[in-house]
Amino acid sequence: MNAVLEAENLKKYYTMSQSFFGRLLGSQKKYVKAVDEVDFQIPRKNAMAVVGESGCGKTTLGKVVMRLLDATGGKLIMEGKDVTEISGSGELKAYRRTTQMIFQDPFSSMDPRFTAFNTLEEPMDIHDIGGSYEERKKTIMDALEEVQLTPAEEFIDRYPHMLSGGQKQRVAIARALILNPDFIVADEPTSMLDVSVRAELLNLMKDLMNEEDLTYLYITHDISTSRFFSDSISVMYLGKFVEKGEVATVLDNPLHPYSQALLKAVPEPKPEMIEVIKELPIKGEVPDATNVPPGCRFHPRCPYSQDICEKEEPELREVEGREVACHFAGEVP
Amino acid sequence: MANPVLDVRNLTTHYFTRKGEVQALDDASFGLDKGESLGVAGESGCGKSTMAFSLINQVQPPGRVVEGEVNIDGINSVQLSETETRKKVRWKRISMVFQGAMDILTPVYTVGHQMKEPLHYHQGITGDEAREKCEKYLGEVGLDREIFTRYPHELSGGQKQRVIIATSLLLEPAVLIADEPTTSLDVVVEAQIMNLLKRLKKELGISMIFITHDLSILSEVSNKLSIMYAGKFAELGDAERIYNNPKHPYTEKLLASIPRLHKDVKRLERIPGAPPNLVDPPSGCRFHPRCPYAEKVCQEEEPEPRGVEGRKVACHFAGEVT
Repeated sequence: MNAVLEAENLKKYYTMSQSFFGRLLGSQKKYVKAVDEVDFQIPRKNAMAVVGESGCGKTTLGKVVMRLLDATGGKLIMEGKDVTEISGSGELKAYRRTTQMIFQDPFSSMDPRFTAFNTLEEPMDIHDIGGSYEERKKTIMDALEEVQLTPAEEFIDRYPHMLSGGQKQRVAIARALILNPDFIVADEPTSMLDVSVRAELLNLMKDLMNEEDLTYLYITHDISTSRFFSDSISVMYLGKFVEKGEVATVLDNPLHPYSQALLKAVPEPKPEMIEVIKELPIKGEVPDATNVPPGCRFHPRCPYSQDICEKEEPELREVEGREVACHFAGEVP
Repeated sequence: MANPVLDVRNLTTHYFTRKGEVQALDDASFGLDKGESLGVAGESGCGKSTMAFSLINQVQPPGRVVEGEVNIDGINSVQLSETETRKKVRWKRISMVFQGAMDILTPVYTVGHQMKEPLHYHQGITGDEAREKCEKYLGEVGLDREIFTRYPHELSGGQKQRVIIATSLLLEPAVLIADEPTTSLDVVVEAQIMNLLKRLKKELGISMIFITHDLSILSEVSNKLSIMYAGKFAELGDAERIYNNPKHPYTEKLLASIPRLHKDVKRLERIPGAPPNLVDPPSGCRFHPRCPYAEKVCQEEEPEPRGVEGRKVACHFAGEVT
C-alpha cells in the first residue's frame, strides 16, 4: 500500500512520579499508557479521523506523530523514513517542514503581538527560506488568498484580536500550509467554532487536500464531522484502537460496543426525539488511565461483558470489512 | 395561551459602549407554558446570552434593558431593583445554569457548603434540614448522596455539571435557563445530561429555556424553537415544524450546515459572510447582506414577524423562497 504515514506498534507511556519511599522500597514504576500498541496506515491524499472521549489518548497520538513527544516504542514511518529515529535538530527541522499541525484553540495558538504577516513569516524565518522580503510577502499573500482571507491586503497586517474565531483559524491553517507540507495533524480544528463557520473551514480543508496533495490525521470528538471530512476512522479507547475501517462502514454499522455507544450518544437534529430518553448502553465515564482494567479495557462499562472479557485482551481482527477488537464482534446486537 | 409561566414582551437590551449603542437584543416576545421548553439557537454574538441575562435581570453594565416586560408569576422582573430581584425572582422563580458552569464551583469549599447557600439566604434553612434537601436533589440528578461532602476537584466534569443543575433546582423554580449546558463535555456525558434535563422537565414540570449554537442538541429538548439572528428572532414556533420545514432563509442555511452522521455529502452548506456589527446593523432585514434570496425590499424595509404555517417568521418572502 502506498501509505504516507504508517504506524507499527506505536506506544507512548508516561511515567508516573513516585514517592521518595516508593523509590527506596523499589516499588514498581507505574505508567499511563496514553498510546498503547497502535497500528495504522494513511494513504496519500486521505484523511484518517481519530475519535474518542477526552483522555483516550488521541491528542497524544497527534503529538507523537509531530515528534512533539517522543514515542516509547514502535515505529512511525513517514514516506519510508522512521520518524522515531530522527535525531539531531537538523533532521527534526527537515521533518517538521513536511509535517505541520493545526491546533484546537485559535485563541491561544497565536501570538497576540504578531500580525498575520509575522505569524506567517516566522516559519520561513526558522527554515531560512522564502528569499527577500518582497518574495516572502508575495508568498504570504498567496497563502492568505488560499485560505480565502480575501482581499489579502486587508488581513495581512491584522493582529489576532482584530480577527474573528473563524478567521484566526484560517490564519492558523495558512501558517501550517506556508512550508508546503505533505502531512497535517489537525487536532480538533473546529471545536471552538460556530456551526456555519465549522462547515466553511471543513470545506476549505477538504479542498486543500485535493489542491495541495495533503494527507491528514484528523483528531476530533465531533464524530459527525468525520463522516464528511475523512476517509477512514479509528475509534480510540484508553490508548488503543477498538475499531477502525472505512468511515461509512464503521458509522453505519458499528460493531464494537464502545463505538455503538459513542454513536448513539451523538445528537442529531431529530425533533421527534423530544420526549424520548435516549438509551445509553454505557454508564459512567472513562476510567482512570493509570489503572487500566485487565482483559478487555472496556469490559467494566460494556453491557455485553462475559468472563472471557475480564481475562483476555481481544486483538484487532477483521470482521465485516473493518477491524474490531472485541471477543464478540459481529455477535452482539 | 391561557396562563403562561413566563411571558416576555418586546424585551430590548442594548449595551452602551464608547463605540456606540450595541443593539444586542431587539423586541423579543414569547410565552412559555408549564413544562414547555424553548430552544434558542444562533451564531455567536447573536444575542442569545444577552437574552438569558435579561430574563434574570442580570445584564451587566454598560448593558441595560431598554424596554419590555418579563412577566413571571405576575411579577415584572425587569422593573425590580437588584435586591428585590434577588429576593423574589432569581433562583426562586427562574434560575440559570451558566455556560462553563463547571468552573463556577469554588475549589476551597465542599459541594455541600456551596449548595446550602441559596437555601440559607432564601429560606433560612440550615443544618441537617438543608443537608437533607441538598442530598435529595443530588439524588434527583443521579448523583450519589456522599458527593455532598466532596470537594469540586474530586468530581469529573459531568458530575460537576450535575451538581450545578441540582443547585439550580433547590428552590423549585418555575423556569430553568440553561446556557450552553453541555459544551466542553464529552458526547456520552452530554447525552447523559440531556437525558437528565428531559427527565426533570417531565417529572417536575419545569419550563426550560435552552441556549446553544448546536441545533442537533436543541432538537432533542425543545418543544418550541427560536432562531436568533443579529439580536432578533428570525423564526419562532413549533420545533418539529421548523426542523422539518424551515421558512426563514437563515434557518434553512443553519440547518443545512450541520454535518450528518449517516449521510454522505460532497460539500457542507455554508452561510457566506459574517454576522453584522450590532452597533450599526444593516438596514432593512438584518440578514439581507448574507441572504441568497435578498431583493430590493429587503434592503429597505425591516420585515415584521408574521404567521406562516404555525410559526412566526421575520422575512418578506417567508413561505415563498424555502
